[in-house]
Amino acid sequence: MKRDIILAGVGGQGILSIAAVLGMAAAESGLYLKQAEVHGMSQRGGAVESHLRISDSPISSDLIPQGSCDMILSVEPMEALRYLPFLSGDGWLVTSSRTFENIDDYPDKEDLFKEIRKVKNHVIIDAYKIAREIGSQKVSNMVMLGAASEYVGISMEKLEGAVSRLFGRKGEEVVQLNINALNAGKNGVKI
Amino acid sequence: MTGLVLLGDEAIGQGALDAGLSGVYAYPGTPSTEIMEYIQRSKDAAERPIHTRWSANEKTAMEAGLGMSYAGKRALVCMKHVGLNVAADAFINAAITGVNGGMVVVAADDPSMHSSQNEQDSRFYGKFAMIPVLEPATQQEAYQMTRYGFDLSESTGLPVMLRITTRLAHSRSEVVRLENRGENELKLPADLTQFILLPALARKRYRLLLSSQEKLDKESATSGNNRIEAGEDPSRGIIACGMAYNYYREVADEASLDHPVLKISQYPVPVELLNDFVLQVDRVVVLEEGAPIIEESLNGVLENVYQIGGRLNGLLPRDGELNPLLVKKALKIPVKIPREVPSIVKNRPPALCKGCSHIDMYNALNEALEPYGPGRVFSDIGCYTLGALPPYNAINSCVDMGASVTMAKGASDAGLRPAVAVIGDSTFTHSGMTGLLDAVVEQTPVTVIISDNSTTGMTGGQQSHATDRLLGICRGLGVEEEHLRVMNPLKKHHDANKRMVAEELVYEGVSVIISQRECIQTASRRKK
Repeated sequence: MKRDIILAGVGGQGILSIAAVLGMAAAESGLYLKQAEVHGMSQRGGAVESHLRISDSPISSDLIPQGSCDMILSVEPMEALRYLPFLSGDGWLVTSSRTFENIDDYPDKEDLFKEIRKVKNHVIIDAYKIAREIGSQKVSNMVMLGAASEYVGISMEKLEGAVSRLFGRKGEEVVQLNINALNAGKNGVKI
Repeated sequence: MTGLVLLGDEAIGQGALDAGLSGVYAYPGTPSTEIMEYIQRSKDAAERPIHTRWSANEKTAMEAGLGMSYAGKRALVCMKHVGLNVAADAFINAAITGVNGGMVVVAADDPSMHSSQNEQDSRFYGKFAMIPVLEPATQQEAYQMTRYGFDLSESTGLPVMLRITTRLAHSRSEVVRLENRGENELKLPADLTQFILLPALARKRYRLLLSSQEKLDKESATSGNNRIEAGEDPSRGIIACGMAYNYYREVADEASLDHPVLKISQYPVPVELLNDFVLQVDRVVVLEEGAPIIEESLNGVLENVYQIGGRLNGLLPRDGELNPLLVKKALKIPVKIPREVPSIVKNRPPALCKGCSHIDMYNALNEALEPYGPGRVFSDIGCYTLGALPPYNAINSCVDMGASVTMAKGASDAGLRPAVAVIGDSTFTHSGMTGLLDAVVEQTPVTVIISDNSTTGMTGGQQSHATDRLLGICRGLGVEEEHLRVMNPLKKHHDANKRMVAEELVYEGVSVIISQRECIQTASRRKK
């Protein structure tokens, strides 16, 4: 078992939380993992990515080689496209449909989704809407993780456990909201 | 796996804690910040207790670390690569004094300049100081080499550099811990003149440093950190330093390559080891993250009979971070990339947060400067450097910590009026205060705006030494009371703020305007 996943989004959208939950759940599942993150300057509203590699055998590189990524999981549609050279021929592109437009020359939405649909295995999720329905747009990131969970190959139980541990100090309400988001994402979409 | 999952930075922090650390000294700087933060959060640090407060800058951190070492205890000093420039005086001389308790200096380099002004390679500094340098490839190695670094420091009597790069600093993986060992007892140096670098004593110490080089070579050959891995195909030999080793292994596994490999994680690299390796293979490819240091030394200056490839002959790019793709290309492995980035994808540069106090300060400054035209604002290192980007286009320089004040002074000396410096609060106490003193002493016409958001913002909101001290510091340095002003950077005060800046721009002396409003990121975290 080996999964190479690029997590994408804009600084502040919760990419690193997805990475932290996945990383902890993978470790709890007895898998090897490497997870490269972006800290620092780009976290101020810039493009942010994380390379997450999970495997049942040791992993060498902290970075995913171009052309071999199994999945791009993005909280923002234009950011999903930024990492296309990493995606393997039959890799999956899973993205939220909600755009984050903090630049003047943000592309036309129709063109954007046309490009996304060119990838054979693509899934577009209205994670923002789902997250709002269950209580807060802030958990869009966990909706996305839930949607991709089956493909990632880590059990929901481990993901929920990781959410409990990571968000535990923020209180039971926050934990439950994030777990609900995971499940809503999982039930809303089957990949 | 039954380990912790840690960032490379955190692995160093845990490694130091488990190796009997007594104090960590640092100034925040990407990608090194998380080392201190990890130790600050640890239970160990609270219980022992370990020194975990931030320093004013990297030089004060290095010196305090050396002081702790003088007293016999183990000190960790952490900084980003350019921080080592600030600390260089103390660093180079610490190699001459040597240490008493173990001292490990972490230099976190940033190839590709993800969050930096340059991509200098700290291994040069290690070579310059003639001390051992360790360069881990994995989080586990980072953990273990931190402990080994303390041991090596105590056995050689020298500070040891641990050189990492952004990728390792900010990548997470499993780390299995060793047993936690105790701290050193307080113990003075056996020779109480060891740290007195008067010329006669310094000459003696320097000769001692020179004579210890043979021992360092031997350590590098026997520690296991440098090793030759046999391969069936000697048509090429791979020399891989630090993390570059990971990329080679990744690519070799995929393409079923089996070349001999020399993995390097400890410097100085013994010439014999290089010699043995080069003689085994037809040609050599050198993979190093940062500058072509090993490659250059193998090439030498005379015509070379060996074929050495790497960053110098175009096999790899001369600048920037390595990755599996670049290594693949260097090894002539066919590359299949099914898709390109669509042309509609636009750059999304970082930006000042909505509601940031720097924005209101820049809006006031820009309008006040309108009558004079552009090109008069010297700035510094921090979130406010983003004022260089549209829509603000508010600054004309960003060079090094503190340079805003002194460059404005120099430009003013040349006759530029008005000359403005924009500097953050933490940067001001890091390296701006001394420059301001220069201006005060000469009564140089400059307008210094200290954009005080009461935190070290760009690195994630660490405590700023400047908080609640700026007025006192400026008064103490001799700034005149009537030209030491405080503004509240809010939209509703815009007109008053603009007037205040305009008034000070025409003053033929030193003006300091403290633009004070807390960072909205730290403010919102505090309210939670």
